[in-house]
Amino acid sequence: MSESLPATLAANPLLAVWLDFTEPGVVTIRSGKVEYGQGVWTALCQIAAEELDVELARVRIAPVSTATSPDEGITSGSRSIEESGSALRQACAQARSAFLSTASDLLGTDLSALAVADGEITDGGARTGLSYWSMSGRGLLDRAAGEPRPAKAPARWSVAGRSVPRIDLPDKVTGRPRFLHDLVLPGMRYGRVVRPPGPAAVLLSPGDPPLPAGVLVVRDGSFLGAVAPTDRMALAAAAALAKAASWQLTASLPDEHDLRGFLLAGPAQTVIVDEQHDQRAAAAVTRTLTAEFTRPFLAHASMAPSCGIACWDEGQVTVWSHTQGPFALRGAIATGLGLAPGRVTVNHVEGAGAYGHNGADDAAMDAVLLARAVPGHPVRVLWRREDEMSWAPLGPAMLARVSAGLDAGGRIASWRQDVWSNGFIGRPGTGGEPRLLALAHRAGGQPISPSADGPPTGAMGSTRNAVPGYDIADRVVVRHRLLTMPIRTSSLRSLGAFLNVFAIESVMDELAAVAGADPLAFRLAHLSDPRGRRVLEQAAELAGWATRPAGADGTGYGLGYARYKGTSGYCAAVARVEAETEVRLTHLWLAVDVGRIINPDGVINQVEGGAIQSASWALRERVRFDRTRITSVNWDSYPILRFTDVPQVEVRLVDAPGERETGAGEVAQGPVAGAIGNAVADAVGARVRDLPLSRDQVARAIADS
Amino acid sequence: MDQHELHVTVNGESHLLSCQPDAPLLDVLRHELGLSGPRFGCGLGLCGACFVLIDGEPRSSCDFPAWAADGRQVTTVEGLLDGDTLDAVQQAFLDEQAAQCGYCTSGMVVSAVALLRGNPSPTEQEVREALDGNLCRCGAHRRVIGAVMKAASEAAGRAAG
Repeated sequence: MSESLPATLAANPLLAVWLDFTEPGVVTIRSGKVEYGQGVWTALCQIAAEELDVELARVRIAPVSTATSPDEGITSGSRSIEESGSALRQACAQARSAFLSTASDLLGTDLSALAVADGEITDGGARTGLSYWSMSGRGLLDRAAGEPRPAKAPARWSVAGRSVPRIDLPDKVTGRPRFLHDLVLPGMRYGRVVRPPGPAAVLLSPGDPPLPAGVLVVRDGSFLGAVAPTDRMALAAAAALAKAASWQLTASLPDEHDLRGFLLAGPAQTVIVDEQHDQRAAAAVTRTLTAEFTRPFLAHASMAPSCGIACWDEGQVTVWSHTQGPFALRGAIATGLGLAPGRVTVNHVEGAGAYGHNGADDAAMDAVLLARAVPGHPVRVLWRREDEMSWAPLGPAMLARVSAGLDAGGRIASWRQDVWSNGFIGRPGTGGEPRLLALAHRAGGQPISPSADGPPTGAMGSTRNAVPGYDIADRVVVRHRLLTMPIRTSSLRSLGAFLNVFAIESVMDELAAVAGADPLAFRLAHLSDPRGRRVLEQAAELAGWATRPAGADGTGYGLGYARYKGTSGYCAAVARVEAETEVRLTHLWLAVDVGRIINPDGVINQVEGGAIQSASWALRERVRFDRTRITSVNWDSYPILRFTDVPQVEVRLVDAPGERETGAGEVAQGPVAGAIGNAVADAVGARVRDLPLSRDQVARAIADS
Repeated sequence: MDQHELHVTVNGESHLLSCQPDAPLLDVLRHELGLSGPRFGCGLGLCGACFVLIDGEPRSSCDFPAWAADGRQVTTVEGLLDGDTLDAVQQAFLDEQAAQCGYCTSGMVVSAVALLRGNPSPTEQEVREALDGNLCRCGAHRRVIGAVMKAASEAAGRAAG
């Protein structure tokens, strides 16, 4: 049986789209996946260098552009290495084979004697004078990918599979221009947008503030902005407009102190995500534990406020954006303005870490609308921090209700998990709608409809990882997606996995206590997957789990485990906290198995970062709002973990070279939340079920226990 | 609006500039002098992405009025290079791969350089405290702390050798 081509190569089959040898001594590769600090470009370069047999230093990766790059969808879901890596590897394997085959014809040499050494074709080890570059004019890449070719066996890898330094970091430690925010184009003007004072506010009148010469005001419905020769002038003009404008405010937001009430009030779309009935197991239940877990709305809170640049020229618009989906953004802009997609070009330029669908696409659309006022001039729009925190989509508030039954022997016999949440799927283009803020604010614009949540599976949306990864005979998992969206939500790193795994792992510890079992032994007793068992055992070993001190003396240890999406990378975490009411997280130990690894240090970096961000969500973060607007608009009102707060983090990679590559960026989110929750319960002797694990919530849980 | 005249030394080069009275130093560095190292993050001095050295002291430049820099020495992350040679802290950040997105990196490098100038062999806790005004959203903290400790111990090694 022949394997099929990787999906994104099959969709973009022309080899010349992926590879270019035009510049002597240089291999230029193109991917549709964007870099935002996760290190994916470095790993993709390693894959290409390995498959083509060239030195890594020769490989350059071209910025993603809808004009030249393969369309590989959104850079999300920890799929870049799996998707783009596989496609590039196969494209390179086919290119190498085509060049060798042509060299064989030219040299009249048997193909089997030929090889490639750093891009030069060799015959029995001797140079032939031919190379990828000397043959680059022969059009060998102007062909569609053919039957899949076997790629180099990992055992023969010399560039991939090793830790290499990230290609983007030298610019970043020296402050060289690298980010979209640094891009200055000839003739560029600066735009600023005046956002409404709340999500449901409507602009009644922009007023008529005195503005300096050279400032252009753009108003379209409730979309209001200014374009000026300098950013300072645009900012001042926007401030003057904000002061002069009158708005109709509506109290459209829920009560921030009653998220449970908001989530359960509906209306909601209820679907069964997973169902496996075993009447014998269900009948054997002797004790049932039911508990509810919540998380608040969470902000992406990227370090850089979103930025976008756009330039109109003769009915064509070129956009520079740090979007995670350049092709989707192109489609959304075209749909929103009634343009043919061919009239829109989106060039990706790096931004700060995104962690999901933040304001990048919206800032690009802002620039597109403002730039129409000055055709021929690029207009750069930078959001204020306050806009980023209140207008970028948020990760939704969620509630997970678990009802788990133990049998007389202390085994889990049944599990039901219900999840209430707004949808996580709200990127531009979802459901055929552009879903861009500025379009919704224009005259006649439609409000952005409630976000979708993807197919009802354990891999998607709010129910990601709601299906426990343990051996449980009788189980039901149900999703309740809210059909109203007073606060705009979309994807945030790991989607529902963060809360679902927090809930599942909390219940696992509570069940273990009922069964009188050690949390590790209890999990292993319900986990037959050997890769899952191995990460649990390794994390426990790393943490010294077996010899940990007994809890409830103000120090606690906790365990958390999940296989991301149920189908991707495995991660187990152990947390150590010191807590009376204020939680101090001192240590995190993690073991991960993400299959075959391209850049081990890159994986460790991603897992460490995911672990610390998850700890920050679990311990500190909560979007605040009143009935009309988001009120946590800067770092003082939306605190995150700081240098004096972050724990020691130790990551062990569990070797699995024979397993397919999976992503690493999101594996830690759920297990770390579970581990911290369990460590807090171990330390204070009470279970906190509502995130974040703040002083107030811990004190409340202690009082209630 | 009246323009202020501003005589400031940035990365060893003296400049005579004019600025609006409400312009923050960050604006002048980025827009007038074309420096990309100091980055805008919050506008209120809460995140550290815009940190520069002002007369040797690390400080946010997004909320520092440009006119107040008159007569002062300002050093940005770009000014820490000696020709093409990286400062020991910059090199240690590379050696330890101490970043993810890197947007906050310049501010951290500036804070760390200031720390080591005043305290060449800090404890880990002192490093954490010195960097506490620098936020990182990617979670690269452990590596950053490690990089600063490494830069310190290598400097100590050179001094001893």
